[in-house]
Amino acid sequence: MSTLRNERVRLPFFLDYYRRLGVNHFIFVDNDSDDGSRAFLTDQPDVSVWATNASYKRARFGVDWLNWLARKHAHGHWVLTVDPDEFFVYPFSDTRNLRALTDWLDASSIKSFGAMLLDMYPKGTLDAQPYREGQDPFEIASWFDSGNYMISKNPRFGNLWIQGGPRARAFFPDNPARAPALNKIPLVKWHRAYTYVSSTHNLLPRGLNLVYDEWGGEKASGVLLHAKFLSTFADKAEEELERRQHYAASHEYRAYAEKLKDNPDLWCKWSEKYINWRQLEILGLMSKGNWA
Amino acid sequence: MSVGFVMLVHTALDRAEQVARHWARHDCPVVIHVDRKVKRRDHAAFVEALSDLDNVRFSQRFSCEWGTWSLVEASQAASELLLKEFAEVRHVFLASGSCLPLRPVQELKDYLAERPMTNFIESVTTVDVPWTVGGLDEERFTLRFPFSWKRQRHLFDAYVHLQRRLNINRKIPDGLVPHLGSQWWCLTRQTLTAILEDPDRASYDRYFSKVWIPDESYYQTLVRLYSTNIESRSLTLSKFDFQGKPHIFYDDHMQLLRRSDCFVARKIWPHADKLYDGFLSEDATIVTGAEPNPGKIDRIFSKAVERRTKGRPGLYMQSRFPNEGWENGPTSAPYAVFEGFAELFEDFDDWLTRMVGARVHGHLFGPDRVEFAGGQKVFAGALSDSAELRDYNPHAFLTSLIWNTRGERQCFQYGPRDTQDISWFLAKDPNAAISVISGAWAVPLFYSNANFSDIRKQAARLQKIEAEHLDALKSFYAKARVRIWTLADFVENPMEPLQTIIDELGNRTSHRLTEAPRMVSLDGFGQFLQNLKNQGMHPHLMGDFPVSNLVAHDRKKPRKPYLVN
Repeated sequence: MSTLRNERVRLPFFLDYYRRLGVNHFIFVDNDSDDGSRAFLTDQPDVSVWATNASYKRARFGVDWLNWLARKHAHGHWVLTVDPDEFFVYPFSDTRNLRALTDWLDASSIKSFGAMLLDMYPKGTLDAQPYREGQDPFEIASWFDSGNYMISKNPRFGNLWIQGGPRARAFFPDNPARAPALNKIPLVKWHRAYTYVSSTHNLLPRGLNLVYDEWGGEKASGVLLHAKFLSTFADKAEEELERRQHYAASHEYRAYAEKLKDNPDLWCKWSEKYINWRQLEILGLMSKGNWA
Repeated sequence: MSVGFVMLVHTALDRAEQVARHWARHDCPVVIHVDRKVKRRDHAAFVEALSDLDNVRFSQRFSCEWGTWSLVEASQAASELLLKEFAEVRHVFLASGSCLPLRPVQELKDYLAERPMTNFIESVTTVDVPWTVGGLDEERFTLRFPFSWKRQRHLFDAYVHLQRRLNINRKIPDGLVPHLGSQWWCLTRQTLTAILEDPDRASYDRYFSKVWIPDESYYQTLVRLYSTNIESRSLTLSKFDFQGKPHIFYDDHMQLLRRSDCFVARKIWPHADKLYDGFLSEDATIVTGAEPNPGKIDRIFSKAVERRTKGRPGLYMQSRFPNEGWENGPTSAPYAVFEGFAELFEDFDDWLTRMVGARVHGHLFGPDRVEFAGGQKVFAGALSDSAELRDYNPHAFLTSLIWNTRGERQCFQYGPRDTQDISWFLAKDPNAAISVISGAWAVPLFYSNANFSDIRKQAARLQKIEAEHLDALKSFYAKARVRIWTLADFVENPMEPLQTIIDELGNRTSHRLTEAPRMVSLDGFGQFLQNLKNQGMHPHLMGDFPVSNLVAHDRKKPRKPYLVN
């Protein structure tokens, strides 16, 4: 499940990626695209598209739309809710498909699976390597921050609140509290009584947010590789700022626009180059838990 | 001389069919029990699919539920049918629908033919098993369990609780010594018929039907009555996770399963095409003749259990965020904290770097920025030098730093001018080695060019902060290795403490220190402290510093920078 607006150039690789992982059906909410995204999606055999011109902001940043669709169509199914620039990686994702993961989660009586957002970026300025349709975005944005994340507990919903990474480092060094949340729970065995509260950061009932162990052990978890920082980013940031449809008075996008004027390079000598999920496991960004 | 299979099937009928066909084709009779819960249409199709094989039979169906007597009933009925219909069967092998043979059938036949009287069944007394679910081991045999653990958990738990309170103690039938073990066994006709045809079977059955998880104890206990020839191990490779659920094998376990030399493995993921194709193909005839060796596989699965229960110490991440006290160590590796040294010695960082093979930072928690070694703006793991980012979550900053630099010892300076939010964390961390020269923060004040009233205010503030910090280090909760010297004591004899510190850090050469860091001149410092006192502030953390220049009297000439022993 995904909401999108003007993401035509990203869609072919997105669909390919998730078809390879074994997704059976895609549900999209198209929020007023004018770049041909809708026509492209409608042509796909395994995609259902809903379209709306309504306010993204007033639908609580799209969450209301997705909650409603999940309630109507996803009851009893495993649902993966991601943005078009988020790519799910989980333990053994190179040898076991999503069905293997969800079967294991079913057998282990686990109903939700966490995958934090990992911001990927290129070496050099964002516009140096233009993104082509169909291309693997991580050929360009192949770097990430491996160990500068900050975690606290959200007492209201019981989820972890994770911040950090290149966005905190480059865009919010003076105001860390504003740094975007990176915790996500994208994979859920849906029940019609469930609901996402704030994006896919947390859900109700609260038990679904306990994707972490509190007694020293590690639960299994994955990562959402975030292909946000590509050549397409500057235009997107400007457009989103004009629409003023984003969280917290679009504070995040204002910070981006401010820094983007200087055409920043997020890369530093301590950046880590992405290889595979095992690397992320060793670095401690995700865990196999007791899946072996 | 032959082996026959009893197969308990409830899902993935297509895979069960494949495996049953494999055994039947290799002249091993198979009796299949299909769970009553399988839909009639699916069952009919399954039976039909195997109808071309004359050595496959289907036994009376029971509705099976995990942990209950029904599973034993199913295996009894199927075993009886197998023994009756196929007189040539000598060994009966109990398998499930998600089992997969790993070695050619002929090898199993040969192996059993060489051991015609041996029963392969894991069978150990209750005191010896560490792996029981729900904390019930001895009580499995002495309480009654009429409620379903899966569907009626509350009733199950309440009834167990009630029986404990009423001190209920079922009598175990005479002559039985409870044994437990894997439910997947391979028994000889002689032993199995003795169990099934025992005149007392009805009373045994009545007893075991109220035992918890009887399929792990019925045969395992009774076999001890009839046979002395017991190999207490299962021929079926089966691994369990920390909750007692079986681990599942996937395509990427192919090589591991090959090398295990086990005859049969479970559970196999039904969609593991490569495993089914690989192990059931006719050309899979690599005859090794080896003894089964599940040890190779044990390692990766016991590691998985450890990861799930203990985790990686010092790691805080999205799926490991321990409550306080449950971290198995708040940080991942030892590190050293120095307080007052950089204030007392001009070149302490450089000197320490030369002496020990460690990364020496400045004041990591300094007020303006993070002073990473070499003045770097970003450090390992892409940690930023922004003080705001660090102070937003100082615990995360420190634990990340230590985690990111695994394999390299970290040292840093600390003091009352720095962020104090980390003070208690340092005190409570057994990985921290903290060396303090108390009161040394006054040395930069002594050298500063500020107005004396401001200096006095600063001194009072810093002394209060350091006193609080020292309270933490000396408290009952402190777990760090702490050494505290007063400035006066340290200045009196600096070499000995320095030697101790270097020895503990593991210096590059095991010789005695030949080079000391350069101490700043303290001429007039005693008077400076006296001035503070005269202004009504009492500097007590420095120890007894003489007012007159006693230190300076001893050494008329300026301090020599090098000390040679």
